[in-house]
Amino acid sequence: MAIIEGRGLRKSYGTTNALDGVDLRVEEGRIVGLIGPNGAGKTTALNAILGLTPVEGELRVLGRDPWTERDRLMCDVSFIADVAVLPRWLRVSQALEFFTGVHPRFDRAKAESFLGKTDIKRTSKVRELSKGMVTQLHLALVMATDAKLLVLDEPTIGLDLLYRKQFYDSLLNDYFDGTRTIIVTTHQVEEVQHVLTDLMFINRGRIVLNCGMDELEWRYTELVPRPEHLTAARALHPIHERQFFGRIVLLFENVDRRQLDAFGDVRTPSISDLFIAIMGRPPAAPTSAAQSNPQGVAR
Amino acid sequence: MSSQANPTQESFDQQRPPSTVSPTRPFYWSIRRELWENRAIYLAPAYVGGVYLFGFLFYLHALPHLVRAAIPPEAVEQRGALLQPFDFAAAAVMGVAFLIGLFYCLEALYGERRDRSLLFWKSLPVSDLTAVLAKASVPLLVVPGTCYVVTVVLQAIMLLLSFLVLSAGGLSISILWRALSFFQSSFYLLYHIFTVHVLWYAPIYAWLLLISSWARRAPLLWAVLPPIAIGIFERLVFHSRHFIDFIASRFSGGPEMDTSALTGGFPFHHGVHLTPGHFLVSPGLWIGLVFAAVFLVAAARIRRDRGPA
Repeated sequence: MAIIEGRGLRKSYGTTNALDGVDLRVEEGRIVGLIGPNGAGKTTALNAILGLTPVEGELRVLGRDPWTERDRLMCDVSFIADVAVLPRWLRVSQALEFFTGVHPRFDRAKAESFLGKTDIKRTSKVRELSKGMVTQLHLALVMATDAKLLVLDEPTIGLDLLYRKQFYDSLLNDYFDGTRTIIVTTHQVEEVQHVLTDLMFINRGRIVLNCGMDELEWRYTELVPRPEHLTAARALHPIHERQFFGRIVLLFENVDRRQLDAFGDVRTPSISDLFIAIMGRPPAAPTSAAQSNPQGVAR
Repeated sequence: MSSQANPTQESFDQQRPPSTVSPTRPFYWSIRRELWENRAIYLAPAYVGGVYLFGFLFYLHALPHLVRAAIPPEAVEQRGALLQPFDFAAAAVMGVAFLIGLFYCLEALYGERRDRSLLFWKSLPVSDLTAVLAKASVPLLVVPGTCYVVTVVLQAIMLLLSFLVLSAGGLSISILWRALSFFQSSFYLLYHIFTVHVLWYAPIYAWLLLISSWARRAPLLWAVLPPIAIGIFERLVFHSRHFIDFIASRFSGGPEMDTSALTGGFPFHHGVHLTPGHFLVSPGLWIGLVFAAVFLVAAARIRRDRGPA
């Protein structure tokens, strides 16, 4: 069942197209990484999904139109964004009371138990907490909310390594149960690499890559060819070429791995390498990956 | 919830228990949240009451003298003078409450965009209209209610202190009690607060909330300058002052204040002749309420459209 279904989503600010005809479909139980450079349209896409901004095209989230039904949608959707800051005057106890008061799917005891594992005091105001603790508090509130969809927009920005690690560990161990769906945008790609089930690249308002992490393994191959095979390997049309410690690294799309094995060391590219390869392509022809699988995640 | 749901919607809802939250709960908690953030709403009137009471202590030593002067039947003026501290008490608390209402409204929707907490509030299942109505309830329900309670408590304490001082001086409180007719004045005060501070001033508060939701910066200037500009424009071009009079009549308090002005003295005084029928049929009341409703709905729409500043 599709949690999010969008067709022909468009949104422009002046002459800039923040979303330029985006089709997307996210199935239940997926953890989708929405990755893109600054200004690529990530936040606009998330805002549209959350009902914070109107978009052209057809968009349903959990069967609802987010723009006209935001309040009802938020019964089943949680989100943490770097920009959606907790008000500084709010006390921890008040945050718990307010959630209990307005949210039908909030479990206060659960939130208390998450907070019990932290140093956060109930009587503290948000302004008295460190940035890491504020994120812990927000995460505790969200994890205690039985939502179908969780949207994370740069959730760990500005946090130190310990908090960032802890953030994703908590999400995976205590929150994700295989039926919830999570969409996350981040620039810290390596951190989420092992968490994701699906990967979506967005650039200049278009989805330029949309595939499952398992699919990634056979679709993309990175080759470090032995010097004598370099010419032969290049003849197979790598989509990207870079140098790493003086050695040439080639990235191939839809080329048989066994064929490449003969030329040198073969491995699956990291998300960041893939990101650089795909985002580095000229803007005229960025859609080949998306076109090869227009339904993307819907497999 | 399910009445207009499409098939996809229903299939999502079947999987889990329905969300059972009555629509009044988000509203109630949104008001609570306003009071958490703005404690001045109830603290400031209480402080003013406290300060006033402190000043009243210095007045008390002259009270036996004033009461003796008011004993002769012809001393009407002197009896009236006995009431002045009580009237001023009500006026002081109401004045502060009015100012709190004005500044609260200017800040209410602007502040959540400025401190970027707007998106946090929007991540919860509370509609924009609920949020705006909860904010409007602060100047229209919470502040007037607090103002009334503080005034009545303050006046009761003043009366009690007067009683103690007069008893110590061997005087009867009956002159003061009859002049004041405490319970009746309390009712008149309630009537005054409800008709003037709630119903008549509603469009003023709603206008400020609208500007607060709309202005990208300096909401105070946006709220004040355009009406002034319109007034000046009308004066220069048409040599008339309808708009200025219109605004002035709104601030003056409307028909209820006019009748009390005729009889003299404070509008919440028991000597005043109440004219609820006259008030209820005055077009100004209903035009004002329609404006208030339009402003609030517009504020909710703008809150939906606006991201953080």
